[in-house]
Amino acid sequence: MGQDTSQPISRRSFLNYLLGLSVVGWAGSVLFPIYEYFKIPPKRDDEPTSVVAASLKSLKPNQGVIFKFGSHPGILIMGIDGQLRAFSAVCTHLDCTVKYRPDLQKIHCACHGGMYDLNGQNISGPPPRPLTPYKVTQRGDDVIVSRT
Amino acid sequence: MAGTPLARVMGWLRERLPIDALEEFASHKTVPKYRGSIWYYFGGVSLFLFIVQVTTGILLILYYQPGVQTAYESVRFTVVHVRFGWLVRSIHTWSANLMIFSVFVHMFSVYFTKAFRRPRELTWLSGFVLLLLCLGFGFSGYLLPWNTLAYFATKVGTAITATAPLVGPWLMQLLRGGKDVGAETLTRFFGLHVALMPAIFTAILGIHLLLIQIQGMHEPHGWKDAPPAERRTMPFFPNFILRDLLLWLIVLNVLAILAVMFPWEIGHKADPNAPAPLGIKPEWYFLFMYQALKYFPGKILGLDGDAVGVLLFGLGGLLWALVPFWDPRLPSGARNRALNWIGIVVVAAILVLTGIGLS
Repeated sequence: MGQDTSQPISRRSFLNYLLGLSVVGWAGSVLFPIYEYFKIPPKRDDEPTSVVAASLKSLKPNQGVIFKFGSHPGILIMGIDGQLRAFSAVCTHLDCTVKYRPDLQKIHCACHGGMYDLNGQNISGPPPRPLTPYKVTQRGDDVIVSRT
Repeated sequence: MAGTPLARVMGWLRERLPIDALEEFASHKTVPKYRGSIWYYFGGVSLFLFIVQVTTGILLILYYQPGVQTAYESVRFTVVHVRFGWLVRSIHTWSANLMIFSVFVHMFSVYFTKAFRRPRELTWLSGFVLLLLCLGFGFSGYLLPWNTLAYFATKVGTAITATAPLVGPWLMQLLRGGKDVGAETLTRFFGLHVALMPAIFTAILGIHLLLIQIQGMHEPHGWKDAPPAERRTMPFFPNFILRDLLLWLIVLNVLAILAVMFPWEIGHKADPNAPAPLGIKPEWYFLFMYQALKYFPGKILGLDGDAVGVLLFGLGGLLWALVPFWDPRLPSGARNRALNWIGIVVVAAILVLTGIGLS
């Protein structure tokens, strides 16, 4: 009885293959939960669609106020003409919070000097996109801002 | 330069690091093979469990928010909402318990094989400090989920430190960050648990492991005088290391089974105004001290009973830590039966008191 020389793999390499496979399986079973653990679970969707941003009594022309819209800041501006406009106050450049500059009648970001006009359009500095606009309505003295 | 990329990288490193010397060192290192060889593995198991603790601990910090209003909620969020969060927390808790168990086994095996003797006194002392730090990790980590059991266990545990003579009250306030267990205690314990103690532990662990490498594995009594045929050894690398790794794999699997089958509960959020629930007990590794303190009368020779108990435990611990220095003065020679009997009494007392405490 001669040895079967046509055998493509030896017992040793077969066992090595199995061992290697089990090491990969073991490593996977450790690393997979850790990889999954890093995924931030979705928070319950409790972001409001509208919010009372300010009272008309507290606003005067050429003034801007920051209000809390869910977990983000928003900016409500009463222009010199008395018109109300609202935007997301998060600068489209690097997420700083913008501010209304009555002296320039522009929206300004102090972090890197980004400038937006009263329509939220980026007009100078680094911001790549306009600010996200919101819809403004009134109910009595309350100024209500909602997502468009 | 010829060869595979790996060989080229190794060649590059060889020119810059003393790899040859390390290989030379490892090739001479041996582990004695005798019926006590199994005890050599518990240090490695403890080390592995420490690595598990560091890994899972870092993962837990990603979602943990220390604070009376947020700690419990964030742990619950981790367990309920984060993918595999329940597994990570359960492994951290189980691994902590197994680590303390393994460290105790390691310590007693070193004691009974008398491996602490000259020249290994420093290894023993550093190991003793590591054991104390493990208990500190257990005590401080227990509070972090801010649940009822942890809250009251911490109250009792810190109150016991106050009974220690002279420094007691000061020590209790230092731990609590105030007169009572509260928000300051939680942030202090958090800082201790994740920053101060890991730093100290890692440094002392490094010294402990370095000493073992410098002095080599302890050989049993009479080994040097035995005929060479009876002195069977195993190369440290790769034979012992591979066995160590296999055991680590088994321990990890045991850990996974325990964590999945018996996940650790979060309990109820601590309410400082609620009365203590029934059955408040410390963790099992403090139980023998807790149980022993119950047997001390209120007053002993005009002194507070608890204070006397704490003092005796402190003295006992100190004597235990200093065993390499008083053992040679005992009369019964190298085999030293007296030492064995002292050890047996200590182990028996711990087991009996823990058993009474559990039941």
